[in-house]
Amino acid sequence: MTMKWVEVGSIDDIPIRGARCVNTPKGRIAVFRTAEGRVFAIEDQCPHKGGPLSQGIVHGTAVTCPLHNWVISLETGKAQGADEGAVRTVPARVEGRRLFIALGAVAEKAA
Amino acid sequence: MTEKLVIIGNGMAPGRMLEHLLEAVPDRYQVTIFNAEPRVNYDRIMLSPVLSGEKDYEQIIIHGDGWYVRNGITLYKGHKIVAIDRVAKTVTSSEGVTESYDKLVIATGSNPLIIPVPGHDFAGVLTYRDLDDVNAMLLAAQSRAKAVVIGGGLLGLEAAAGLQAQGMDVTVVHLMPSLMERQLDPAAGYLLQKALEERGIRVLTKANTKAILGSGKVEGVELADGTVIPATLVIMAAGIRPNAALAGEAGLTVGRGIVVDHGMRTSDPDIFALGECAEVGGHVYGLVAPLYEMARVAAAQLAGDEGARFVHIDTPTKLKVTGIDVYSLGDFADGDDREEIVLRDAAAGVYKRLILKDNRIIGTVLFGEVTDGAWFNDLKKKSANISEMRDTLIFGPAFQGGGSVDPGAAVAALPDDAEICGCNGICKGKITGTITAKGLTTLDEVRAHTKASASCGTCTGLVEQLMELTLGDAFDRTAVQPMCACTTLGHDDVRRLIKAKSLKTVPAVMQELEWKTSCGCAKCRPALNYYLVSDWPDEYADDYQSRFVNERVHANIQKDGTFSVVPRMWGGVTSSAELRAIADVVDKFAIPTVKVTGGQRIDMLGIRKEDLPAVWADLGKAGFVSGHAYAKGLRTVKTCVGTDWCRFGTQDSTGLGIRLEKFMWGSWTPAKVKMAVSGCPRNCAEATCKDVGVICVDSGYEIHFAGAAGLDIKGTEILGQVKTEDEAIEHIAALVQMYREQGRYLERIYKWARRVGLDEIRRQIVRDGDKRRAYFDRFVFSQKFAQVDPWSERVSGKDKHEFRPMATVGFAEAAE
Repeated sequence: MTMKWVEVGSIDDIPIRGARCVNTPKGRIAVFRTAEGRVFAIEDQCPHKGGPLSQGIVHGTAVTCPLHNWVISLETGKAQGADEGAVRTVPARVEGRRLFIALGAVAEKAA
Repeated sequence: MTEKLVIIGNGMAPGRMLEHLLEAVPDRYQVTIFNAEPRVNYDRIMLSPVLSGEKDYEQIIIHGDGWYVRNGITLYKGHKIVAIDRVAKTVTSSEGVTESYDKLVIATGSNPLIIPVPGHDFAGVLTYRDLDDVNAMLLAAQSRAKAVVIGGGLLGLEAAAGLQAQGMDVTVVHLMPSLMERQLDPAAGYLLQKALEERGIRVLTKANTKAILGSGKVEGVELADGTVIPATLVIMAAGIRPNAALAGEAGLTVGRGIVVDHGMRTSDPDIFALGECAEVGGHVYGLVAPLYEMARVAAAQLAGDEGARFVHIDTPTKLKVTGIDVYSLGDFADGDDREEIVLRDAAAGVYKRLILKDNRIIGTVLFGEVTDGAWFNDLKKKSANISEMRDTLIFGPAFQGGGSVDPGAAVAALPDDAEICGCNGICKGKITGTITAKGLTTLDEVRAHTKASASCGTCTGLVEQLMELTLGDAFDRTAVQPMCACTTLGHDDVRRLIKAKSLKTVPAVMQELEWKTSCGCAKCRPALNYYLVSDWPDEYADDYQSRFVNERVHANIQKDGTFSVVPRMWGGVTSSAELRAIADVVDKFAIPTVKVTGGQRIDMLGIRKEDLPAVWADLGKAGFVSGHAYAKGLRTVKTCVGTDWCRFGTQDSTGLGIRLEKFMWGSWTPAKVKMAVSGCPRNCAEATCKDVGVICVDSGYEIHFAGAAGLDIKGTEILGQVKTEDEAIEHIAALVQMYREQGRYLERIYKWARRVGLDEIRRQIVRDGDKRRAYFDRFVFSQKFAQVDPWSERVSGKDKHEFRPMATVGFAEAAE
């Protein structure tokens, strides 16, 4: 399956150092905006116990899961520190203020 | 037979003299001290941190009452000596005590200079010399009104910074064209003025005070050019004058001060003088280092070493205003036979100037970056020829000989006789030698054994570096647990610095306290957010992105990502209408679980995040507000039915519980706070395992605190007993406010109490009515901004983005 860029809103919809969710048929994606204005999208499911990463505290380019404080890198999707595990990352890009994520990547995992 | 030694004055110089004397000849003298101030010997250099709120009086005591008892010293507190009879060899105090002496030491210090302008005797005109002055200033500062400090020297500026830290609007009026002109050149004076102005202190130079305005009470200050500055408090800090009056009346030779020889002996061979009142070699002194040197010499003389001599040395000046680093030493005037080396970094606010004569340092002025001061001082003292390293001299010792820029290297490079602690004249070799010889491992031990960094504390960093060098990995510099990996500072330091430096945003804290990460982590951000909410309730804008999800969305996250909702039931009392509303909400939103909590209310679990605002809207219509079951804040006040129903009830425990909850809801605290009120000692509301509990008794209310019934189980401690509901509420709110101001984030009340001491808490909340009311007032003030129901706010649309997905992508788009 090829990658398809889907517009999901404006970068201004996401609070700085915060996240918003995008529901897709294949699960929920968390889209993050960092203090430096960078945007990342990852599966909204912590590799540990499935916690909603979109609800965590965003710091640097990482998020801390609200359930048990795993720290997940937004760039790689990998758990930081002593924890092991990873979530799938989803390509995201900004054009002007418009925000796109690449949906093929989601479907691919589910397929 | 022991000789009688009488000391007039109990400041730092005679205190230090006694330490030396007791070490040298412990049994030679029977010592009696008369102190005009009604207290023990405390560290006057640290009055500025007391004024700014960074320390309190107990922390600056040098010799507690026990020290005098242990050493067999009689201390008359509050006794001013009014006469010395040199023929009979006696002194007489204002309280009528007469004491004979074999040897007498006069250490009467100095008096502040009062400028004799009209109004100088009005109420509200204070000086800045002792603890009474500081207490008077702190009292005046509570009004948060305007203050004028006359005098832009060391003392005046420290007073100004302290008053400003206490919330006053401060103007400094200085006669000369630049601040601290005796210690700083105009360039450094300018930087200092700018740094003070950036903090909101107004500085007027070339300003001549003409009169203090008002009628018996200060209303303002008028300058010679006609400018009028409104003020309710005026601090005279224009200088000091040696207090030699008593010695003069006794017929001793007096010049600017009491004239002494190099052995500290006055014109009467049985009478010594030392400290700020003494004049030696034509000089009088105000900085602690030479005064301590006088103490050493006087003690040696009294112990029989007639060869001990006081020699004049230049002492570096440092300003004790947190966040403003100033260092000045020696002679910095321009001259034809002098050269200078200057380094400026405008962006960093750094200015360094070395004054050279014949290739030797004769003066140093440093602003903004002062760590190399000790090294320059050492070169100056040794009169070292610097021509070899002239090109890199200004960059400090780390740059000499191509060395690294490791700050530890600079300290390692210092010779053993380099002075580290200027106040106490302690050199590097003494510190490293004592660490090794006595096996010292903590900063407190090093202070206790060497006195290094034990006075003004500005060399603490250097001493710690020496400990690192000497002990290697065995020294844990912090010993204080840092808040998180983003900083080396512990919670207490961060809280103190937030207040001292008036830091009012998370980025400001991270910038000023040199956070190692760009925007913190999930540990420090919520803590900083709490500290700022607590310290600046009216000014700080809560940073929701620094709050844990529960406090951001005002519900409790569950393991599956759904939330639970607990509405407030005041005192655990409910009604059919409330229960019906809850039942309707449960049906309407198909809420899977409804459960009664341990805090006497009802929990609805398994609510989808998207449904939260609608659930709250329905609950709000029935009059419910958030129960803050998710908050590091007041949770519940559990009650029993008290005199309303119970045949044993002694007071209206339900009513008091509801009053407490209505008064205290919404307040953020370091960790959750659970309370209970029981109507009799049978304690059905289980008040004795709560953070704060009340047990009603016939004669009033017994207030309990510091209980725990979670990870730890612990019965409460008794705070005290009061007679009325109003008093109970005042005590409880004051206690919670004290905890709010001192607690470390996530530290429950029982842990905080263990750390600061139960007695200290009782002292401030029960025994000191002024302190209690001040805490209470601050609590009430902060509640003005805290008591907003977060649920109704969100029902009306606040933070909408939190509760709905940004987008939903359909199958069609995804499958294409």
